[in-house]
Amino acid sequence: MGKLKLISDGIIKNNPTFVLVLGMCPTLGTTTSAINGMGMGLATTFVLILSNIVISSVAKIIPDKVRIPSYIVIIASFVTILQLLLQAYLPSLYETLGLFIPLIVVNCIVLGRAEAFANKHSVCDSALDGIGTGLGFTIALTVLGCVRELLGSGSFFGLKLIEGDGMLAFILAPGAFIALAYLMVIFRKVTGKKA
Amino acid sequence: MEYVIMFISAIFVNNIVLSQFLGVCPFLGVSKRVDTALGMSAAVTFVVALATLVTYLLQGLLVKLHIEFMQTVSFILVIAGLVQMVEIILKKISPSLYQALGIFLPLITTNCIVLGVAIQVVTNEYSFINNVGAANPNMMNLPQAVVFAVATAIGYSVALILFAGIREQLELSNVPKVFKGVPIALITAGILALAFMGFSGLV
Repeated sequence: MGKLKLISDGIIKNNPTFVLVLGMCPTLGTTTSAINGMGMGLATTFVLILSNIVISSVAKIIPDKVRIPSYIVIIASFVTILQLLLQAYLPSLYETLGLFIPLIVVNCIVLGRAEAFANKHSVCDSALDGIGTGLGFTIALTVLGCVRELLGSGSFFGLKLIEGDGMLAFILAPGAFIALAYLMVIFRKVTGKKA
Repeated sequence: MEYVIMFISAIFVNNIVLSQFLGVCPFLGVSKRVDTALGMSAAVTFVVALATLVTYLLQGLLVKLHIEFMQTVSFILVIAGLVQMVEIILKKISPSLYQALGIFLPLITTNCIVLGVAIQVVTNEYSFINNVGAANPNMMNLPQAVVFAVATAIGYSVALILFAGIREQLELSNVPKVFKGVPIALITAGILALAFMGFSGLV
């Protein structure tokens, strides 16, 4: 039960997008379609789990003063690995996400979980926390991607549902902000969280 | 002329926050008051210009050594080191400016704009740039890269200060309870982005 709670906390109680409002740049920048949002979410999850595991296992030997730079280097290494993997096996996703892949390094979620959770919990718990937070982020991005894709181009995961062009604004920048705002409001209503 | 186009493009047409979504976290975080927004803008502009200059030179070294894949790791280390250095120097030379920038300086390391711009200037290809005779005619040369960085940072400042002004007014208005805080700020940012979309096609 306790282990399961670690995962569900990341998805609902501490949802990185809707509750903690972290990592807004990729959330808004990559969710032009559901599949892009999901790709970005999974890429971040990959880095999150691995960096959580490594940081939790080396946290004790890193001096307190240089911990933030060390964490950043660990995270940056995993981002580089991810970058090379995507380039080799999923070049189309790599193209669409573009700049946002290297920017996972400065995603507040990854460093935030390292600092707030991984450096004082066991390796196993940290891995689960990484999975939970990563899933929460992926779900949020996929939902936002779905909404924007549906309203903006009338399709769902690339499948055309409505004929015509849809509201272009939702694919462009303004729609991203507005769609996320309304999703956040719905999330607050459903979970009964106060501002 | 080229530099003027660069400025207009970076500030209005391709505004870094409102159309490229970089640096949204501090955009939402420190935009509650105009004076903190001003402090943050100054700090970001300074660090972005400096970091772009250094990382641009570093990229040359990486290419020479054929270790381009180390880009992300080396850039973020340079940026983190640079921010720390700026902090120390500023503390010695100008304590008043240091006081004014306060907590914003360390926060800049994790601001996507710094890394984003640093990567953009070494990878992106700009249609209006044509350096005849250079190894890669579509890549920026050093002065162009620095001007681009400054222009982008000014674009960020414009958006941040405008947004802070709106949010100060928003404090006084009656917002539905569930919209309080981040959601209403996001909607405001959306409307601001809509306004900035009017500039598209200008360059």
